[in-house]
Amino acid sequence: MHPLNIKLFRDLRRLWAQAIAIALVLACGVATLILAVGTYRSLEETRSAYYERYKFGDVFASAVRVPKSVADRIAAIDGVAAVEPRIVKPALLDIEGFRLPATGLLISVPAGRTITVNDVFIRKGRLPEPGRVNEVAIDENFAAAHRFDIGSEFDAVIGSAKTKLTVVGIVLSPEYVYALGPGDMMPDSRRFGVIWMPEETLASLFDLEGAFNSVSVRLLRDTNETAVIDEIDDLLEPYGGTGAYARKDQLSNAFLDGELDQLGGMARMIPPIFLLVSAFLINMILSRLIELEREQIGLLKALGYGRAAVAGHYLKLVLVIAAIGIAIGAAVGTWLGRGMTVMYTEFYSFPFLVFRSDLDIYLIGAGVSLLAAIAGALKAIGAVFALPPAVAMRPPAPQVYRQALGGLIARTRIFSQIANMALRHILRHPLRSTLTAVGIAFAVALMGLAMGTLSSIEFMIDAIYYRTDRQDATLAFASARPQTALQEAERLPGVISAEPYFSAPVTMRNGHYERQLEIIGKPPGTELSRVLDLDLDPVVLPTSGLAVGDRVAQILHLRPGDIVHVDFLDGERRSVDVPVTQVIQSYLGLMVFMDIDALARLAGTGPRISGVYLALDSSRLDALYRAVKKTPQIAAVALQGRSRQRFRETMQQSMGMMLTVYLTLSIIIAFGVVYNSARIQLSERARELATLRVIGFRRAEVSNVLLIEIGVVVAIAQPLGWLIATGLGIIVTSSLATDLFRVPFVIEPRIFAVSSIIVVIAALASALIVRRRVDRLDLVQVLKTRE
Amino acid sequence: MREAVFQIENLTKVYQTGDVEVKALRGVDAELFHSELTVMLGPSGSGKSTFLNILGGLDTATSGNVRYRDHDLTHASDRELTRYRRDHVGFVFQFYNLIPSLTAKENVALVTEIARNAMRPEEALELVGLKERISHFPAQLSGGEQQRVAIARAVAKRPEVMLCDEPTGALDSKTGILVLEALTATNLELGTTTAIITHNATIGSIADRIFHFSDGRITEVIRNETRLAPAEVNW
Repeated sequence: MHPLNIKLFRDLRRLWAQAIAIALVLACGVATLILAVGTYRSLEETRSAYYERYKFGDVFASAVRVPKSVADRIAAIDGVAAVEPRIVKPALLDIEGFRLPATGLLISVPAGRTITVNDVFIRKGRLPEPGRVNEVAIDENFAAAHRFDIGSEFDAVIGSAKTKLTVVGIVLSPEYVYALGPGDMMPDSRRFGVIWMPEETLASLFDLEGAFNSVSVRLLRDTNETAVIDEIDDLLEPYGGTGAYARKDQLSNAFLDGELDQLGGMARMIPPIFLLVSAFLINMILSRLIELEREQIGLLKALGYGRAAVAGHYLKLVLVIAAIGIAIGAAVGTWLGRGMTVMYTEFYSFPFLVFRSDLDIYLIGAGVSLLAAIAGALKAIGAVFALPPAVAMRPPAPQVYRQALGGLIARTRIFSQIANMALRHILRHPLRSTLTAVGIAFAVALMGLAMGTLSSIEFMIDAIYYRTDRQDATLAFASARPQTALQEAERLPGVISAEPYFSAPVTMRNGHYERQLEIIGKPPGTELSRVLDLDLDPVVLPTSGLAVGDRVAQILHLRPGDIVHVDFLDGERRSVDVPVTQVIQSYLGLMVFMDIDALARLAGTGPRISGVYLALDSSRLDALYRAVKKTPQIAAVALQGRSRQRFRETMQQSMGMMLTVYLTLSIIIAFGVVYNSARIQLSERARELATLRVIGFRRAEVSNVLLIEIGVVVAIAQPLGWLIATGLGIIVTSSLATDLFRVPFVIEPRIFAVSSIIVVIAALASALIVRRRVDRLDLVQVLKTRE
Repeated sequence: MREAVFQIENLTKVYQTGDVEVKALRGVDAELFHSELTVMLGPSGSGKSTFLNILGGLDTATSGNVRYRDHDLTHASDRELTRYRRDHVGFVFQFYNLIPSLTAKENVALVTEIARNAMRPEEALELVGLKERISHFPAQLSGGEQQRVAIARAVAKRPEVMLCDEPTGALDSKTGILVLEALTATNLELGTTTAIITHNATIGSIADRIFHFSDGRITEVIRNETRLAPAEVNW
């Protein structure tokens, strides 16, 4: 082997601990990149292939009762490629062995033709056949949750009676990749299922013969979506159309978009942190190595090695470290990516989802890591390149220290000479000290970010379940009912109190800003489901005017006192101007509230209620569930306790993984940065430290020089880390805010403290490893050699 | 007869480097007396530095006995040796070994802060003639000045023993004289037992006794009837 390569291997063996520390930081960058990009692609490409092959709709609309002939008029709209008119209705399910009422979303399967929009993937069995009234196909997650197979049976409460349904197929639909039940925040496949039934069965059960109440449309490429939506709205208006919406507002798709945004954000934000830190570490150790090997560099050049050959030798060292990092990162990234994909298959229902480990992701990962490593090495290697052999053979000029901060350190008597040494050394290398602090700050920030996300979710759980929606259950009626329904609900077994609500689908418009949403009417001063202002204090709804959620206010540019135009999409379809009286807090959906009577007057519907919020006696739940399952007017039941529990479980599972990953990442950064900087310090100051030992300082006292310097830098890094954590948290949460879901970033002092403690422990551990080397300093050897 | 500060009996030191055994000291017997100034002469590798390092508690003997007053240095622990260096010994080295991040005064204060009966740093620096340069950093001082700071640092704790390994080795003759003057002044004024290693045989004339080292042994001890002042030495 070439002697220079032998030297390379020996150098690596000598520097192994530092090399591994850097390789690990680099590996974190590669792993997070592969994880984020690979998962993003898996999800994105699987989704788009699935949408394409199973004809996922571009525009969706629903109405009350539309004659089938209207479907042809929709098909005639410019740019419409296919129209799927259908019947979609919710119904309560009664499943043997399952105590709680579940909700099924019934979707019609056309007779005598194939499904043209929102087709299903058949995992097992077949679709129900026309004429066989009780046959159903069910979605896979629902089937799995209840261990249903072909031939299983369960009851649905449809119309006035229970209907027994027989499973003939297990399917998946691009429309319900993320299948969220009414009133739920997380998919709960035991309580919510999508059920495909023959059209004629549904038509007769819901009195919709010759008609449909839902339509999905596929568009030709380059079609003006908004124009089609407007035309569909016009066509459906006479039939109780509640407003067409585009794919991006379709619930399941919007959740997937949110997930993809999150992965994209992770790919953009996390890997660069690691790449930056590793570039800095490489710069630090390589500069030191080259300083120590000046004479060897001079010698090699004097012997006739070219500048490029000598510089190349050091570059190779960096490349080997980078290669180790890339290899570790690629392996870990693939492993994490597979794990993440498996986790996704639990939330999202795809016919197939595999982690896309395409070669190019690895090449990109390797490429950017190499670039970061080389960028880090550039300055030091440039120095090797430029060093004239004669100068190289002479020792470097002595380190010049100056009175820093105008001699403040010297004049202040509080510092011992040991502390003085540490502080001056920090100030002697301001850039290096700053970058070290920034590196450590990132470790704190990653930890803070992860824990902040967790506490933000806890905050949301508290705000939603304990402050806003404090009811035990929500009953949603199949259609709006007269106010006597409230008394009926109050008489159900186990009901302690009930509050009505009325929801009216509307289009709200302020100038050219426009949005479809529902105005919810509630009695003033409710106790169960409350409306909270921006300080999370309960609001008494005014008898006139709207309380508008902050997200809606933002979208429509509304402030209290503004007048907003409201088109009701129901009943008499009135158009009215209403003042905004208040902006309120809302973390979920697009919320607009109004006094229930005022809303009824405004909409011209007379006093109606869409559902009730209930406070329940928990000892009588079974009786209530039995009664509810027998009440056909109830289309859906949301159970707050179960929803909360499900939300927590899901979050704990995914957050558990996230916290573990972030904890590992932040420990690796803290360790890598502190270990390397301590080793460099030790190498630079071995002589000073040995001198201190010689003149009678104890080991512990001598180590203090290193520990104080590291301590000061680590201390400075803490507030910086808190600041970065808060900044990143705000950026992340605000970039992830959607109409469906908004998480405020809540970070508490406790989180700062815990992140700092973890990072300080990691820093201390690495500093103590280096301390052992201080204890083993060879005093005689050090004193004999000239630096 | 003056009081013996060091009593050395049959001192050997063997360095084991890989498979090679280097016998640095092969049985040295000597005594160093209170307030005596000795000069150690001898070729490179003759064992004088090893001898000095063992006296200073920087290294331990392989066999034999070294006693400093009532302290047994041969069997002392690392902690005891550190204590011994801190309380009793001042070192001066060829390459000064100043802390570059501390000023002259602070380099001296480094020692006075931990010593029991120390003088003020200013006082020590005045002793070596550097009073005006007390707030300079090592990089702002000449070689001779740096070495005098090192001497000031060594004497500031009023040590009973001063051990100097080639204190003038890196200096020109004029600066060397200044440094030796600082050392002899300390020796005379504070009564410090002083041992100086040098390659320059003429420096031997400033000593009470000269030890000649050769091949790990003291081969000759010369007693000077009169000591010359450093300025009188013919370099």
